[in-house]
Amino acid sequence: MTEVSSKIKTEKKSHSLPVDLLIRMVKEKRMGTVGGLITLLLLLTAIFANFLAPYGPNVVNPDINLLPPSAHFLLGTDNLGRDMLSRVIYGARVSVIVGLAASLMCTLVETILGLLCGYIGGKFDLIVQRVVDAVMCFPGLLLMMVLISIIGPGLWTMILVLGITWGIAGSRLIRSATITIKENTYVQAARATGCSTATILFRHLMPNIMSTMIISFTMRVPGVILTEASLSFLGYGIPPPAASWGAMLSGMGRTYMFLAPWIVIWPGVALTITVFGVNMFGDALRDLLDPRMRGGIGRYGLKAKRKTSAKSESSVSPSD
Amino acid sequence: MGSYTIRRLLLTIPTVFLVTLIVFFMIRLIPGDIVDIMVSQQSMSITPVDRAAIAHALGMDVPVMTQYGRWIGGILLHGDLGNSLWKRSPIINDIKARWPVTFELGFLAILVSQVIALPIGIYSAIRQDSIGDVIARSFAVLCMGIPSFWLAIMVIVFPSLWWGYMPSIWLISFTKDPIGNLAMFIVPAIILGIGMAGSTMRMTRTMMLDVLKQDYIRTAWAKGLKERSVVIRHALKNALIPIVTLIGFQLPVLVGGTVIIENIFGLPGMGQLMLNATQKRDYTTVEAVLFVSAFVMVIINILVDLTYGFLDPRVHYQ
Repeated sequence: MTEVSSKIKTEKKSHSLPVDLLIRMVKEKRMGTVGGLITLLLLLTAIFANFLAPYGPNVVNPDINLLPPSAHFLLGTDNLGRDMLSRVIYGARVSVIVGLAASLMCTLVETILGLLCGYIGGKFDLIVQRVVDAVMCFPGLLLMMVLISIIGPGLWTMILVLGITWGIAGSRLIRSATITIKENTYVQAARATGCSTATILFRHLMPNIMSTMIISFTMRVPGVILTEASLSFLGYGIPPPAASWGAMLSGMGRTYMFLAPWIVIWPGVALTITVFGVNMFGDALRDLLDPRMRGGIGRYGLKAKRKTSAKSESSVSPSD
Repeated sequence: MGSYTIRRLLLTIPTVFLVTLIVFFMIRLIPGDIVDIMVSQQSMSITPVDRAAIAHALGMDVPVMTQYGRWIGGILLHGDLGNSLWKRSPIINDIKARWPVTFELGFLAILVSQVIALPIGIYSAIRQDSIGDVIARSFAVLCMGIPSFWLAIMVIVFPSLWWGYMPSIWLISFTKDPIGNLAMFIVPAIILGIGMAGSTMRMTRTMMLDVLKQDYIRTAWAKGLKERSVVIRHALKNALIPIVTLIGFQLPVLVGGTVIIENIFGLPGMGQLMLNATQKRDYTTVEAVLFVSAFVMVIINILVDLTYGFLDPRVHYQ
């Protein structure tokens, strides 16, 4: 009972975490807010693509192919007479699905690997780290190309390949965070009272690396979206009829780019804005979630420091 | 330091061994046997082909472990990476011919990215939170967001539509025509460099901010030194150490970071070699390129680690 009441008190003092974050984001991080709005717009476009797009993404009509932008087709049509605007709108869906799913996969892989390696340590860690070393030695794009040609291209392949290769590399971060945290007295206490390894991992270590996980997830999304586009561009992405921004620029796009430049402009613009927005949002979120990243002492950081200390005093809440 | 170097070198042995295992067995998992593909292609010709004969000629009629043994043996004993399955010529010749292209492109790109990133990053740090800083930071994020393939296509399409400019299709050798060669590489290098400049700019800013918060900078201010002197003589000198290692982070581009740009500009580098080989299921070439790239990365990583200790006396290896 006492636990519950104390929780309510702290919540009253500083809202719940997401609301608090939102308020601070709008107040302190203007660029982050812009990024957040772009991200929101992207999500809405992806979800409501069927309502927003004037035509279907794969409605082929050879009579109206390669039309320049007009009132009917705002961004023109491609070589098969498909409306570019609709395809760009549906492209958001591919990017959002791959971006979120692959980053989630990535976070899952890196958390499992990092937690286990960091907590168990010893020989297990030594061996797994050599494998991580070996995987990290490969140039990312080359490795992904080979992996995709092994599994066969597709949405799930993309998610799996991006998630696993980046997750393995990213496990280092979680591992070092785990190693630092496991030295804490409360972990030793938990072990002394006879908690199982699973309990220690999920109840004592996980909550403490949560912010690292959230940051690494958000920071990964734009990279994943860009890599998906690059792989699709090289022909290793989701197979053709799918409206992926990267794929629109490759193959037919490149064949007709001199005749109909509008085919290749807009997918890239959409991609740039998306990656820019999500990056900005992720940055701001990281700054807000990870106090260590904020300004420090000295002439150049004085203002930031004063702000930081004032903020951290007000927002510290005993969670353990 | 000496013992660290030895230990570091010893640790690479299992890494390289794992690299060979990953490369070799990953390639064997690709569906669509090369023998089948070759049979189906050659069966269109007049002479009937024997599956077993092709498999034998390719050295694929022995158990996988023997194949692995032969491959490793070839690399260790003769530095032989095997022959291309399609061309039947040593792959090492292909790699020798193509690496300079990738290397030159990557090197120029690193140069371009540093030229863009360093001044902007430093400015952004000494004017932290000013309007200039916000613009510079947004620019950095924009650089990271622009897909290089899109930028490259824009650079190819619009100048050619407006002014009839076309990038050269044939590779101009540096030894024959240095200016022509540089003129050919500079546009792809700038595009690649812009993509790399974003993160470098941000890291430069962070490193510089770190240094600017040190006590000796405060001392320098307290002595009444001018800003110019504080920034250049005291801060920059120390921030340069981590910045040099930033270049280390960029070095992988010399190995496999140029696939897309090579593909768009038709530069015959390692990326193109790899792309063609994967599409044709040329196992041995894919193997060789992957192995060589990973091996070079291992060496680059060691060099970066050791350079770091050499440049920064505070770093002590145990």
